[in-house]
Amino acid sequence: MAHFSKRNRRKEREVQQALNNRLELVKEGFTRRDLIKMGLMTGAGVLIPQGGLTHAYGQDPLAPLSSSSFYHGSSCDVGNSPLPAQVFVDPMPIPPELPTRPLTDPGLQFGAPPQLFPFNTINPATGLPFEGRGQFNGVLRPGSDFFQFFNQYPTQQYFVQRIRANPNFRITSDTNIPAQTIWGFNLGGSAASDVGTFPAPTIVTHYQQPWVVRRFNELPPQSQNGGFGVPEMSTHLHNFHSAPESDGGPCRWFFRGQYFDHYHTAQQAGFSFDFPPNGDIRESLSTLWYHDHRIDHTAENTYKGLEGFQLMFNQFDTGNETTGFRLPSYPQFDIPIILTDKLLDPSTGLICFDTFNFKGLLGDVQLANGIVQPFFNVNKRRYRFRVLNGGPSRFYELFLTDPLSQSNHIPFWVIADDGNLLPTPIQVTSFRLGVAERYDIIIDFNQVKSLIGSHTKVRLENRLEQDDGQGPTCNIFAGGDSKATYCVEFRIGSAVTDNSVDPATHPVFYQLPSIITPRITRTFVFDRDNGQWVINNKFADCNELRFTVKLNSPENWVISNPRNDWQHPIHIHDEEHRILSRVNNGGHHSSRSGTSYDSSRGDCPFGGGGGGISTQFPNVPNVEVSRKDVTRLQFDEDDTLFFRFRDFVGDYPMHCHNTVHEDHAMMLLFQVQPNVIDNNQNP
Amino acid sequence: MKRMTRRKWLVAAGATTAAVGAATLAGTDSLFAQEATPASKHNYNFKNISPRDLIQQRHLPNVELITQDNQKVHFYNDLVKDKRVVIQFMFARCKDICPIITHHLAEVQRMLNGRVGRDIFFYSITLSPEEDTPRDLKAFAKAHEIGPGWTFLTGKPDDILLLRKSLGFFYNDPKEDADRNNHSGMVVVGTEPLMRWTMCQGGAKPDWIATVIRTEMDAPFQGSVNGIRQADPAVHLKAAPQTPGGQTPGAMHRHGSMPE
Repeated sequence: MAHFSKRNRRKEREVQQALNNRLELVKEGFTRRDLIKMGLMTGAGVLIPQGGLTHAYGQDPLAPLSSSSFYHGSSCDVGNSPLPAQVFVDPMPIPPELPTRPLTDPGLQFGAPPQLFPFNTINPATGLPFEGRGQFNGVLRPGSDFFQFFNQYPTQQYFVQRIRANPNFRITSDTNIPAQTIWGFNLGGSAASDVGTFPAPTIVTHYQQPWVVRRFNELPPQSQNGGFGVPEMSTHLHNFHSAPESDGGPCRWFFRGQYFDHYHTAQQAGFSFDFPPNGDIRESLSTLWYHDHRIDHTAENTYKGLEGFQLMFNQFDTGNETTGFRLPSYPQFDIPIILTDKLLDPSTGLICFDTFNFKGLLGDVQLANGIVQPFFNVNKRRYRFRVLNGGPSRFYELFLTDPLSQSNHIPFWVIADDGNLLPTPIQVTSFRLGVAERYDIIIDFNQVKSLIGSHTKVRLENRLEQDDGQGPTCNIFAGGDSKATYCVEFRIGSAVTDNSVDPATHPVFYQLPSIITPRITRTFVFDRDNGQWVINNKFADCNELRFTVKLNSPENWVISNPRNDWQHPIHIHDEEHRILSRVNNGGHHSSRSGTSYDSSRGDCPFGGGGGGISTQFPNVPNVEVSRKDVTRLQFDEDDTLFFRFRDFVGDYPMHCHNTVHEDHAMMLLFQVQPNVIDNNQNP
Repeated sequence: MKRMTRRKWLVAAGATTAAVGAATLAGTDSLFAQEATPASKHNYNFKNISPRDLIQQRHLPNVELITQDNQKVHFYNDLVKDKRVVIQFMFARCKDICPIITHHLAEVQRMLNGRVGRDIFFYSITLSPEEDTPRDLKAFAKAHEIGPGWTFLTGKPDDILLLRKSLGFFYNDPKEDADRNNHSGMVVVGTEPLMRWTMCQGGAKPDWIATVIRTEMDAPFQGSVNGIRQADPAVHLKAAPQTPGGQTPGAMHRHGSMPE
């Protein structure tokens, strides 16, 4: 290649001329897209030679350096974390339950009680509106974000939470590892001792009992973030059918010293349309979670501790194993587990996070409910576990492993995918979790005990290989492999009464809502463009609602991944979807014509975990024949999703839930409006 | 992370290899009682080092760079420390994405309404230090009608490479990593003394990029809890750096010496 120090003058002039020509074009207001349309630039971004318009120039000799030669033993990276001396020494904690509050609670009377319109009167103590609702990207939009259906479905339950730091949080009882400062949601009290917890307190709510959660942002100032985290909050209730003003979307964050009321109708989807007044029972949701969703900072904020469970019960999924579907009783036998992988700084022993990484982050310290590889005592009976992948970037394939006979296949039952009960339980030996996905499983420890013989221990083990934040490899380790990871050890104790339903009797839960002809099919390609995440070659922008869905209409969305070196768990807010098909696209959407970055990875979609593949929906594992709110977009895959968008109007996001991709910023906003026909098939 | 094979945990529990078979059959639960993690992970000799210093050590190397005006500067001490910064990579002869990104950022610079050079500093670092001379960078800036407060930088190739990787611009795939265009899209936005860093997409609309930058810079100073506000670390008062040559690039920009 030519060195410019010895450059050819004529060549230099040509380069300058090409640049000038382009500058004239951009000066005239042409965007990159326009240039592509005009045929002056290819989709891959290569300017097409047009006289002096461009100038061919040689390849850069920039020597590739592997990351390993750059990183060294003292950085915040996989392989460097100090570990407690022993594991399976601490019990897995169960998050406390958030208490309800009477409306007379001082927190609910701060400024004003929860009300239809945001309480945007200025608080003299902060100089900001008391309530942050009504702000969009930090700017007040007067008159916006009143609660939809607030008067039709009067609030029956009130909760308060204060988002605070906790400087004395321990991930292990081993005092060699120092106390951590986390950020978390508290139990609602104003006393200083009521600190934030990780996982956040579990919120328990019931259908047809509308509720409000008032959340105060009481985080320390930015400069006290310990290296990562920003103290602006947006709390998303993940999986619930919520109006945009209460959904906790990425652009509705609020400042320190403000509160934000989240109101939820507690009705199933369709309540204002085809199933008035309470919605379609088949749209019932059960395992929800809530987490920070501050745009550009979700990964670091959730990593800092801002995530926890919310459980919805109804007349069938009652939380009582003697009634309804007779699922194991909450809370003794119905256990939420949030899995997160962290890094500890080798210099300080403190949880660290690389805010300069935009490709995805893995940890090498495995936590379950905030504790390093804990144990959990169980009785010899059936349990319901609600297993959540709390991120930021890891994929899990979870098995039950007998540590003394690791090749043993120990079956268990999947009863819910993304918190949605399946029509009937499916027996599996594993399940796969992308970030934000949840599976509710039933483990019958009486049966497990008979399979493992004379000892009493069985472990939840992640056997999926993943080398970087981009996605998993195709390799599933053998049980007990030194590179697999034990997440929780279950210790089986004595037998106790078990009134819960036996999944082997094939109990029937809700049927799936019917699939009807979509009004339109839209396609979304999730890809990269010069290191930037794009959806249909466009970028995230809070100020741009990319397209409009007609209220109460059905649509099919094809989400597409043209690459075999990245995977994306795609999350869509508002209503859930069904996966109609998973099709290998052979990478035909590649936007990099002439440049191949194909890795040696195969396409290796999740194989169903022993639960089989659907005969009705092509390549869809049976456990995914379900309602979903996150679909893992696997290598070289087109996934067709069926949606309805009922009840609420306004803006919602679709984004990658690898929170690092989400922040940088694989996201778009769309809106739902009545009487608008938008037929853009590639918005 | 504890990732023990059966053999390892038996050894850790004090069992001999010969005892494995018998122990398995006996199913003695005491074998599980304690599971040690590798001794190599037990270095608990922790230091009292501030998170800000750790970020500096890992991500903000103090390498020597040369501005488009031939001034020697040090990346951390002179350009980033105590400042609000916007950092991106480009190269002067980029025929693909750089001109568009630069064009967007030039729009953003205008939208930020005089703040660039006053309390926000823009830096463009070449990905082709072997070929981009200060003069080339100056010509590039001139062609894009770059305003004051935006410094273009080159340096020794090894230093630029270190800087690029430290700021997160690298890929594990060597082919991907070698393509300069892959490092030209994302834009780092940070407030160094507050340990607040993110990236935005240079391809996004300029008004959104400007909104992100403004929000990143100003949001920490909004609101208070129990009367405690984010103290102003005098970020906006930190003028441009003193360079070894005695001239401050920022000051030069304010005096309009760039572009010529």
